[in-house]
Amino acid sequence: AFLSSFILDSVCWEVVGVVKLWNEWCRTSSTTNVLPTDSFCLFYRLIADPTVLLCQCSCYVAEDQQFQWLEKVFGSMQKKGLQVTILSTCPVADYKTQESTLTLASPFLKALKTKEFQEQVCCPLLEQPNIVRDLPAAVLSYCQVWQIPAVLYQCYTDVIKLDTVTIEAFKPLLSSKVLKSLAKDASESTKVLKKFLTSSETHSNIYI
Amino acid sequence: MFIPCDRGGGSAAPDFKGFTLLMPAVSVGNVGQLAIDLVISTFDMTKVGYFYTDCLVPMVGNNPYATAEENSTELSINAEVYSLPSKRLVVLQIRSPFIKNKYRPFCETLLSWVKSSECARVVLLSSSHAYQRNDEQLLGTPLRYLLTPDLEKAVGGRMQELNWKEMEKVAAYPGISDTDKVLHIPGGGITKLLFTESCSKGIQMAVLLKFCSEGDNIPDAFVLVNYLNEWLQLIKSEVSTNNNSTDPSSQWKIPSSWRLLFGNGLPPALF
Repeated sequence: AFLSSFILDSVCWEVVGVVKLWNEWCRTSSTTNVLPTDSFCLFYRLIADPTVLLCQCSCYVAEDQQFQWLEKVFGSMQKKGLQVTILSTCPVADYKTQESTLTLASPFLKALKTKEFQEQVCCPLLEQPNIVRDLPAAVLSYCQVWQIPAVLYQCYTDVIKLDTVTIEAFKPLLSSKVLKSLAKDASESTKVLKKFLTSSETHSNIYI
Repeated sequence: MFIPCDRGGGSAAPDFKGFTLLMPAVSVGNVGQLAIDLVISTFDMTKVGYFYTDCLVPMVGNNPYATAEENSTELSINAEVYSLPSKRLVVLQIRSPFIKNKYRPFCETLLSWVKSSECARVVLLSSSHAYQRNDEQLLGTPLRYLLTPDLEKAVGGRMQELNWKEMEKVAAYPGISDTDKVLHIPGGGITKLLFTESCSKGIQMAVLLKFCSEGDNIPDAFVLVNYLNEWLQLIKSEVSTNNNSTDPSSQWKIPSSWRLLFGNGLPPALF
C-alpha cells in the first residue's frame, strides 16, 4: 500500500514518553521506500517486554487503504489476549454539543470502547451524536467485530500546530494500567517535548 | 459479510429464513437511512450482528438508539444488522458512504448473504433527485415503487389495491422520442444496481423511493416510512379522536442520535 504524507491538525505525546525505552523495530507499509526509517508509519517494540508494540502513524491513511492496513497489521498479530489502545486528535469544531464549542474548555479527552474492554477509562465517554472517522474508526470497528478489547482516546483541540497544552491533555492516560509502566520520568519528557516544538512537522495518531 | 454479535457458548447464529430484509440505499438526503433509523428506534430492535465490509467508509460511535444511561455505551459501527422476530423482520442499517469502485462488490456480497440466509424478500428504501423529474412526475405523489419479476407475481396485486405508482422508465436519450426506455434513478446510489442484479438473480426485491432534495429530510423520512407501513402494516394506524384521520406519524419514535443535526448551540458572545 502506498501511504501519502499528510499534515494533520493533531498532536502526539507518546513518543515523548517512550522514545528512549524502545528499540526501534519497524515495518513499513510502503513498498517504494528504500529505507524503512523513512516511512511515515512505524512500529516500535519494547525491548524489556516484546509483547508491547507501539505504532506511530504520521500520515493520513486514505479510506480505500484503511481496510488493507488493518488486515496487514492485525493479520500478523496474535489476537488472543490482545488489547488495543488508540490515541487520536480532532478539531474541537467537529464536536457536537448543546452549547457552543467556544464555551468549552478545550483541549479535552473523550473515549470510545469496544464491548470486550472491561477496564476503567480515564475520561468521559464520547456522547451521541458524535462519531469518529478515518483510521481510528477503522481500528475500533475491527476490534468491536472481532471481539478484541480496545479503547480509543480522542482529544478535541482548537490548536492546529503541535503544542504542549494539547500534548498534556493526554496525561491522564499515564495513570491507566497499560501505560503506567511505560511512562518516562518528567524531566526527560520536558526535554523531548521542547525538541518537538522546534521542528515544523506535526506528528499524529499513535496506536499501541 | 455478516458477523453475528453473539458467538460461541452454544448460542445459535440468528436464523433469518423467511424474514423480510429491510435496508436503505445511501441516496439523496439519506432518506432511506433516516427511515430505517425510525423503524429500528420505534420497535426497539435488538442488534444481532455486523455487516463487516471494506466497501463502506469506517466510522464508530456510541449507541445511536440509546434511551438511558445504561444502554448508551455500546459501540456501533458503519453497518449493522437488527432483528425483530415477532414481525419476521431483519434490518440492515448503513451509516456511511460507499468507497469509490465498491458498489458492485457490495451488491454481490449483500445478495449472496440474502440467498444464503434464505430471506423471503428484500425491501430497499431509497430516494431520487426531485429536480430530475420530468413534467408528468412533477404532478401527484412523489412516492414510487419497483418490484422484481419474482416479487411482482406475489404482491403486484396489493400494489394495485393501494393505488401505488410504479417508477416510470425514461427515454435513454431525452428529447429523442423513439429510443428505448430505461430505468433511471438519479441520486439513488446503489439502488439501480441492486435492483437490476436482483432481477437477474431471481431475488424478490421491492424498492420504495421518494423524490426529494437535500435539506432537512426528516419529513421525507416520515413520508417514506408511512409509505412502507401502508404495505407492510408494521404499525397499525390508530384513528385519531381529534380529527378522525389515520396518521401514524406520531407513532414513530425519533432516535436520540437525531439531536444537533444542524449544528451546535450558538455562542452567547454572538449577541
